[in-house]
Amino acid sequence: MSGANRIPGAGRLTPAKTARFFFDGKSYAALEGDTVASALLANGVHLVGRSFKYHRPRGIVSAGAEEPNALIGVERDAARKQPNVRATVQDVFDGMKVVSQNRWPSLAFDVGAVNNLLAPFFAAGFYYKTFMWPKQAWKHVYEPQIRAAAGLGVSPTEDDTDHYSSRYAHCDVLVIGAGLAGLSAALAAAKTGARVIICDEQPEVGGALHYDKSVTIDGLDGFTWAQATAANLKRMTNVKVLPRTTAFGYYAQNFVGLNERVTEHLAKPDKKLPRERLWQVRAKRVIIATGAIERHMVFANNDRPGIMLASAARTFLNHFGVTVGKKIGVYTANDSAYEAAFDLKRAGVTIAAIVDSREKPGEGVLAEARALGIEVLTGHGVVNTSGNLRVSSMSVARNGGGAARSIAIDALLMSAGWTPSVHMFSQSRGKVAYDTETQRFLPGAYAQDCLSVGACNGTNDLQATIEESLAAGELTARASGYSASEKLELQGHNAFNWTGGMAGAAEGAGPDTTVKAFIDFQNDVCAKDIRLAVREGMHSIEHIKRFTTNGMATDQGKLSNIHGLAIAAETLGREIPKVGLTTFRAPYTPVTFGTLINHSRGELFDPTRKTPMHALEEAQGAVFEDVGQWKRAWYYARAGEDMHQAVNRECKTVRDVAGMFDASTLGKIEVVGPDAAQFLNLIYTNSWDTLKPGRCRYGIMLREDGFVYDDGVVGRLADDRFHVTTTTGGAARVMNHMEDYLQTEFPHLDVWLTSATEQWAVIAIQGPKAREIIAPLVDGIDLSNEAFPHMSVREGKICGVPTRLFRMSFTGELGFEVNVPADFGPAVWEAIRAQAEPLGACAYGTETMHVLRAEKGYIIVGQDTDGTVTPDDASLGWAVGKKKPDFVGIRGLRRPDLVADGRKQLVGLLTKDPKVVLEEGAQIVADPNQTVPMTMIGHVTSAYWSENCGRSIALALVAGGKARIGETLYVPMPDRTIAVEVSDMVFFDKEGGRLHV
Amino acid sequence: MLLIYCPYCEEERSELEFRQAGDAHIARPRNMTEMSDADFEAFFFLRDNVKGLTFERWRHLNGCGRFFNAARDTVSDKFLTTYKAGLPRPDISALRPAASSPVGTAPVETYEATEADAK
Amino acid sequence: MRKYSVFAVAREAMRGHRGWEAQWTSPEPRKAYDVIIIGAGGHGLGTAYYLAKEHGITNIAVLEKGWLGGGNTGRNTTIIRSNYLYDESAGIYDHALKMWDGLSQDLNYNVMYSARGVMMLSHNIHDQQVFKRHIHANRLNGIDNEWLTPEQAQEFCPPLDISRSARYPINGAALQRRGGTARHDAVAWGYARAAADRGVHIIQNCEVTGIRRNPDGSVAGVDTNRGQINAKKVGVVAAGHTSVLMEMAGVRMPLVSYPLQALVSEPVKPIFPCVVMSNTVHAYISQSDKGELVIGAGTDQYSSYSQTGGLQIITHTLDAICELFPIFRRMKMMRSWGGIVDVTPDRSPILAKTPVQGLYVNCGWGTGGFKATPGSANVFAHTIANDAPHKINAPFTLERFRSGRLIDEAAAAAVAH
Repeated sequence: MSGANRIPGAGRLTPAKTARFFFDGKSYAALEGDTVASALLANGVHLVGRSFKYHRPRGIVSAGAEEPNALIGVERDAARKQPNVRATVQDVFDGMKVVSQNRWPSLAFDVGAVNNLLAPFFAAGFYYKTFMWPKQAWKHVYEPQIRAAAGLGVSPTEDDTDHYSSRYAHCDVLVIGAGLAGLSAALAAAKTGARVIICDEQPEVGGALHYDKSVTIDGLDGFTWAQATAANLKRMTNVKVLPRTTAFGYYAQNFVGLNERVTEHLAKPDKKLPRERLWQVRAKRVIIATGAIERHMVFANNDRPGIMLASAARTFLNHFGVTVGKKIGVYTANDSAYEAAFDLKRAGVTIAAIVDSREKPGEGVLAEARALGIEVLTGHGVVNTSGNLRVSSMSVARNGGGAARSIAIDALLMSAGWTPSVHMFSQSRGKVAYDTETQRFLPGAYAQDCLSVGACNGTNDLQATIEESLAAGELTARASGYSASEKLELQGHNAFNWTGGMAGAAEGAGPDTTVKAFIDFQNDVCAKDIRLAVREGMHSIEHIKRFTTNGMATDQGKLSNIHGLAIAAETLGREIPKVGLTTFRAPYTPVTFGTLINHSRGELFDPTRKTPMHALEEAQGAVFEDVGQWKRAWYYARAGEDMHQAVNRECKTVRDVAGMFDASTLGKIEVVGPDAAQFLNLIYTNSWDTLKPGRCRYGIMLREDGFVYDDGVVGRLADDRFHVTTTTGGAARVMNHMEDYLQTEFPHLDVWLTSATEQWAVIAIQGPKAREIIAPLVDGIDLSNEAFPHMSVREGKICGVPTRLFRMSFTGELGFEVNVPADFGPAVWEAIRAQAEPLGACAYGTETMHVLRAEKGYIIVGQDTDGTVTPDDASLGWAVGKKKPDFVGIRGLRRPDLVADGRKQLVGLLTKDPKVVLEEGAQIVADPNQTVPMTMIGHVTSAYWSENCGRSIALALVAGGKARIGETLYVPMPDRTIAVEVSDMVFFDKEGGRLHV
Repeated sequence: MLLIYCPYCEEERSELEFRQAGDAHIARPRNMTEMSDADFEAFFFLRDNVKGLTFERWRHLNGCGRFFNAARDTVSDKFLTTYKAGLPRPDISALRPAASSPVGTAPVETYEATEADAK
Repeated sequence: MRKYSVFAVAREAMRGHRGWEAQWTSPEPRKAYDVIIIGAGGHGLGTAYYLAKEHGITNIAVLEKGWLGGGNTGRNTTIIRSNYLYDESAGIYDHALKMWDGLSQDLNYNVMYSARGVMMLSHNIHDQQVFKRHIHANRLNGIDNEWLTPEQAQEFCPPLDISRSARYPINGAALQRRGGTARHDAVAWGYARAAADRGVHIIQNCEVTGIRRNPDGSVAGVDTNRGQINAKKVGVVAAGHTSVLMEMAGVRMPLVSYPLQALVSEPVKPIFPCVVMSNTVHAYISQSDKGELVIGAGTDQYSSYSQTGGLQIITHTLDAICELFPIFRRMKMMRSWGGIVDVTPDRSPILAKTPVQGLYVNCGWGTGGFKATPGSANVFAHTIANDAPHKINAPFTLERFRSGRLIDEAAAAAVAH
């Protein structure tokens, strides 16, 4: 037997298919298809958790996604612990371990329950009014205490070993919800041939047909019809049926996020399957068929285990075959609860009484209750309950007062009516409208191409729902150009049309300020809290929500929002729509981070860019650094070397012999066309007309505001062809910047731009023996200084493959940059290496490159400049064409502050003690003895130990720096003050003779 | 995620392929060097930042690479139209989409609703 | 105003909390005020409070289109820090940070300023250079900010993944221990209560539809959906809507409004002890005192007043969060939302007089205005009261875009607020 409360013959589960699971260490039997909630109830377990604030014992309230109370932890193994799972939507699987939450030491005996006794102090918002004295106690006493009480479940503490997946999908019609309305709509749309996706959060389609056994469609039992219809849809190639899939977010232009739970219900999932899958669906039309959610009644102590929604009890009985009690009371303001009582009564369960707050229930249900011999107390209310860990009695009194009668019960069903699920409609930015007659918020003005049908649209009548849904399905398909060959018809029948419903506090909640009549179970918000909020001046529903935390729990107020609103409206003496409604926000139900991330983790978090020579460099001992998405060889450590030693060796080797460097990451743009030079004249500060084919020039690019944007060497290959290089980090934005100007500001220029960064592998060979190294490999280019001077470019061959060979240098040495098609990069690298190493040359990394260029005072845009630096500030004024009529940034450069005295200028710094290396980012002051806050006049942008200079060197931006050369300034560090002398920016080979050998 | 019609590809594509590029119809002055500081400020820094219909530039970066213009409502984020760079502002009055409402009751004033209504 | 205290709470506990009075009232607007503040967020309400408290001006109306505290004050991830690079920025943000410490006592309202430390992660050499520049500048400005090794960073924040195999491994962090968070609603409510107590009128559901000018061009008052209200001084403190309001006075602004999204997870027991930011991978995270992980996302790429944004912004943010904290992959997003931020070209705010006599503007805080609330309100009140800026906000002019004297935190630091 899978639980004492399983009723033979009831429900749709198969008695033979059993499973065992553990709840707080105790083993229980379940059936395949059970939720944790239904299985626990089958075993008579109602106490499932503790509330957030008062730690009150709590049971199962619902049978669905709206569950506020029954939150559990599910543990597969140490790495796969899931907190805050709703027991009502989690399927049981064999061997499953379930734990209760927010209790210590045990669920039945929880020390935190002392909060319940102290509840009078813990009124809504009490923490804003106290914990302020003494001031220090907040940080050291109060706040740690408050924080220690936070949270419900426990966060995982290990990396998740599950994986997740993602799909994008397009369709003509997306149907959200596969109850009667959704299935009807999907069927009508699908029959036209339109591409349809229909999703439903439950394992099986059917929605309300899970519990409503009185429904028949075309003569079939409703639930059976639903399964047959789904099977029918699944067979159609134009339809995708997605059960266990929640539409959680409705975004702009009918973009809907779906969360499919793939393996969470399986005992031993196939490891190849993702745990969950994110669907991102772009639908031409959306049909919202999300149904309605039953509300609870608000009365004193309405939160005890065993007190639940009537429809939930009906689901547990009719779908799971479980009775939630043996002697059950009902408290309702709506006809729907009667049907729960009827079903239970017919199953042999005692119904203690139906207490109806209304004087006049629906005539049909009243007659049926009498026929079944159920006592109905109209115009009555449940004014209290008793029972600590499970409800044991209800106190019933006539509305308006009078003596209360206590009735023994072991479960209490309640229904205050139904709240249409307008979440998705509202998320689509449609505006809800309040229907005064039925006291419901319904879809009003639509903002996107969607339609609501069925209960979420306020349609109650069964046949009307069917017809509305069929029509919507056809209409939305037609909008995509599909039409029906025949008109679909379905005939539905149900036992009763429901009447009634109320929002807000029932009689039993009283006007009292101490009664705990819960609105929001999880956050322990009571009717009195709403009233207190109003008393304290909170008149907007948003203020009330935030002050009381009503609707802010994991269920996001699916049960509580309307009650809270109604109580607020009553207290304020205003109409409900005048008080407003809080905003529905994604997600509809919580979504796992892992699902939203799916593949974007680790290596796939962001692409890693590697140069063609990466593997070779790695084999040579390169240590890499991250530069944007690139991995760049930072330095090449040899056995026994630390970074410092490796860099010193590389620096010496380059200047003494030569070095080879992978410069492939530099951005490369091919600028071609009859107007190419004219275009570059506008983009760069320099002038390009005078640059002859075969020659190169260092160029500076500004933003329109006059600040340095990027730099690089540009080679002219022909009159109409330039090879432009950019910084590594700037490649993409410079390309975008150029395209922007070319397409929109200078479209009259006949120029083509092509990004060539990835097309060329670039190997720099720098040092006195650079020529000697490459000479044996190069064909068709005269490498002599006379034929191929510094800042030249030639096309020819190296190692038999085509090359653009640049004579240029970022080290101050004789240097070449070999560009070869990327695929040939590794072979050419190895060939050059074979020439270089016997001569004593070595490979060097970015750190050495940085040191060598700093020795020469060459700047790095982005390190020595920071977006507030002009060419003049960086001593690059020479590169600004003074006679040019226009270039990007020409006007920005002339703004008053950019030509003012005292701007920060790039200079060199020499520490008085040559052994001391400054720290990059360190600040510079003129007077080291001033008190904090000090007047800072600049900062160190680059600082290195220069093995070649035998001392430290640095570059710095210093206010009025050029006029300070020779001055002593100070760099205050936490432990000492470093004296420095301002110098020019060139520390090595000031005459530059080494470039031209 | 927006869905954007590229007037060059003549296709609706996901926002992921596009890069927004600021306001449209701000031409770079020919006489840059003769502008006053105030005019330069207006050209480069000051923006209408319209609440409602705005004209803006997009680039189909991961597509055809072309810059084009769009008319979009910054309250609903709906595109009214997109058009090729260099074309004048289109007549928008003909393009306003109408919202459908199968229920005739008055909308409830939430804060968000107020946002959407404000002109 | 009845004083809040543990004794008051105890007394009320004995009688069902029947004795609490309204924290603020909802008066009908007068025909005229000395000062009108447009926008009842933290900055606007705070401005009214300091005008009343420090400058003796109490005939003030704060006009709010929706509900007070309902704009970015109530929608942000509440990060507080002051370790900005430039003297000007450090000046105003540290003025604010000093005021956060003691704000609860000043307002008699517990704003729950939690100095749990804000740690900014460095992922590469460039980050390190930039952070060190901040740390040195901060130290010489008397602002705490310290460099941590990856191991020290993990010690401070145990869930942090510092393995070198991460896609963007961290190579250190900058920590400001005085940084932290505060309860955003309490800030708005605390200022509202304290301002109302000093006679300030807070008028909600009052939308400004026009700004009236005298023949000499100076401000005469405003038109609202509740009629005309006169005042010689009007302060615009309306975050995302600044451009719309200033346009009513004919002033074009160097602003663009963007959607900014944030999200919270389901609540869990304490697991995350501080605030962590990473600009390189774009992630901001802390844990609220209810147990939710509070996560800030980036702005969408297009201007918008919709208070919503794309799902891809949320997923990218979570990508980054789970790269840094892989243990959170099984956590669940409970709620996401959006606000509207107005962003200046140099990512620094504008708190200044305007070309219109009597019209003042406080805007352009971008994604990080919450942290400045008390300091901003304090110096803005000074600016309005004296018709001249306080020395702390004097650099934050509207004219700086003309002269080029920008306070370019974005360009200089490449660090988001």
